[in-house]
Amino acid sequence: MKKTGSQILLECLHLEGVDTVFGYPGGTVINIYNDLVDSPIRHILNRHEQAAVHAADGYARATGKVGVAIATSGPGATNTITGIATAYMDSIPMVIITGQVPTPLIGNDAFQEADIIGITRPVTKHNYLVKDVKDLARILKQAFYIARTGRPGPVLVDLPKDVQMASTRFVYPDTVDLRGYKPSFSGNVRQVENGVKMILASKKPVIYVGGGATLSDASPELLAFAEAIQAPVTTTLMGMASFPKRHPLSLEMLGMHGTYYANMAVTESDLLIAVGARFDDRVTGKISTFAPHAKIIHIDIDPTSIKKNVRVDLPIVGELRDVLQTMVKKLVEHDDEVRELVERTAPWRAEIAGWKKKYPMSYKQTGAVIKPQFVIEKIRELTNDDAIITTEVGQHQMWTAQFFDFSQPRTFLTSGGLGTMGFGLPAALGAQVAFPDRQVIDISGDGSFQMNSQELATLVQYRLPVKIAILNNNFLGMVRQWQELFFDRRYSQTCMELPIDFVKLAEAYGATGLRATTPEEVEGVIRQALETPGPVIMEFKVAREENVMPMVPAGAGLNEMVLAS
Amino acid sequence: MNHTISVLVENEFGVLSRVAGLFSGRGFNIASLSVAPTLDPSVSRMTIVTSGDEQILEQINKQLNKLIDTIKVIDFTGQDYVERELVLIKVNAEEETRAEVLRIADIFRAKVVDVTPRSYTLEITGAPTKIDALIELLRPMGIKELVRSGPVVLGRGSKGWKGSE
Repeated sequence: MKKTGSQILLECLHLEGVDTVFGYPGGTVINIYNDLVDSPIRHILNRHEQAAVHAADGYARATGKVGVAIATSGPGATNTITGIATAYMDSIPMVIITGQVPTPLIGNDAFQEADIIGITRPVTKHNYLVKDVKDLARILKQAFYIARTGRPGPVLVDLPKDVQMASTRFVYPDTVDLRGYKPSFSGNVRQVENGVKMILASKKPVIYVGGGATLSDASPELLAFAEAIQAPVTTTLMGMASFPKRHPLSLEMLGMHGTYYANMAVTESDLLIAVGARFDDRVTGKISTFAPHAKIIHIDIDPTSIKKNVRVDLPIVGELRDVLQTMVKKLVEHDDEVRELVERTAPWRAEIAGWKKKYPMSYKQTGAVIKPQFVIEKIRELTNDDAIITTEVGQHQMWTAQFFDFSQPRTFLTSGGLGTMGFGLPAALGAQVAFPDRQVIDISGDGSFQMNSQELATLVQYRLPVKIAILNNNFLGMVRQWQELFFDRRYSQTCMELPIDFVKLAEAYGATGLRATTPEEVEGVIRQALETPGPVIMEFKVAREENVMPMVPAGAGLNEMVLAS
Repeated sequence: MNHTISVLVENEFGVLSRVAGLFSGRGFNIASLSVAPTLDPSVSRMTIVTSGDEQILEQINKQLNKLIDTIKVIDFTGQDYVERELVLIKVNAEEETRAEVLRIADIFRAKVVDVTPRSYTLEITGAPTKIDALIELLRPMGIKELVRSGPVVLGRGSKGWKGSE
């Protein structure tokens, strides 16, 4: 039986297990939207295409499945760019479908035409312009395969209107054969053995975990590995929640706003085992003083990440879960040596325990003004272990990373690589769609919130009970902090002078708005929000000039961190 | 120092800009680039001459390999290979220099492919260094126009990459 391009698209999505898509209709996707009426696929109508992509991203981060977003051509497609770039930087599996003007009009500056293939080339793992309906099923099969395998990432499929309308016999391929794309899954056995030898010879090992651990669902293997060799574990922002933060071996986050003990441990280590991490500049600080005494083992599925920023003594290319499993098996074969290792490294763990005791992550809630860290700790106290926390980008994001004790993977969704303000609210929306019964909370700043606040409408329309905690300091806080510390307090354009009534804003959309202005009110507001059905904004009037500390100034070494302002 | 890399890619639209974008997006330099289909019409072969230190070259190789459309990357660094470039040179050939131009062309085994009362157009293939030398010798005569193809390269020896495997 023949089907139209738009029917084929929806059929393929269904066969790929897609139950929900996020999007916004328009002229060049009107056929797809028409066929959606007869499709079992649920569509969430966001209020902006950027938010639709972030929502699909949040859905993907929370579930591990491929997120799907649809946008029309031209402005609809260009509005997706920030969302796509965000997913690309954090390696999130997504398929984005954009409409395109009919093929005879492509290149003619037709109404709502944009060369989205050209525009998204640097921010997608791969992209396709479908010129013939006969290629559509194959391309979609490939798109999903590419998005979810290897180092995951967003794939864009640009679908001209005439291709959506054209008909062909529908056959969905069973397999994908791309001669240029054969991601390696297992690590090279000899390299893994060499890695084990290096571990067994170490005195001060540290495991440094990035977002790859979450992406490959390697948390159990990571835990088994760390416990087997009793090595302390530090995570990046993206790696957070893949290793329980309150585990005795946890050093928490490293880098610019990481803990003193994580940064010191990395600086003093003699072996750094990088697991699905890419040595971002926010993590390494000054490269020349990063882990100066350490040999480096780098395990990653993406060979381009290896030796990109730092020298690596032993690269292992492969899927983390697989490599870590093999490593643990090999370690079991060297039982005696492992016992020796654990004994030998006891003073190292004691040294770290000393740093933890002397320089803990701390703040003081005193006086009548709410400290933002206090709000985050209270949210942690009052939420379930499996609550999904999203953030926007800025000071509140770092405080969340510092003061929220994440214990389960895929419970912390944040824009790490691109640092996208406006990510948290739509990402929370996507996560809540995936898990309607779990607590989903967007921790936000007043600046970031205003970047996609229109999504309140989407939350209300679909009765998604996302709770939004706005830490309102009437500042673009992180930039203000830099202006305070490095630009002589010249607060150029960082004061959000217009005092917005976020409670009324919530009410305007049909949501609930609550406000706390004193520390005593914080707990009550959180409790009330959690008990209130539907979306709620909690506005916390927080200390205006609180800083994120400790901090490694840009360009300094990790051991040159400033502990307090 | 220049390095020569062959990249076998799917012969599809947009692949060239993917490869070029990879270089420009990372600030890597392309000294020359030539592309054409291979024996297998579904595969194109690109010959890229680039420069950079060891770390940059490693990244270039890895990034090229990472492209979905890339089938194979052959880095000729440290390998023995045959390298040829084609150039067409339109040179002044007034009465007093006509014989000299022909003499130089003969020495370099260049072919005259177009003649007018005031010019010769020469065709020559060879290693880029040979072409550089010819250009330098012809420069005093007055070069009107010149086009170089950029080098193409094949590894020496009997082994070869024919197309789909």
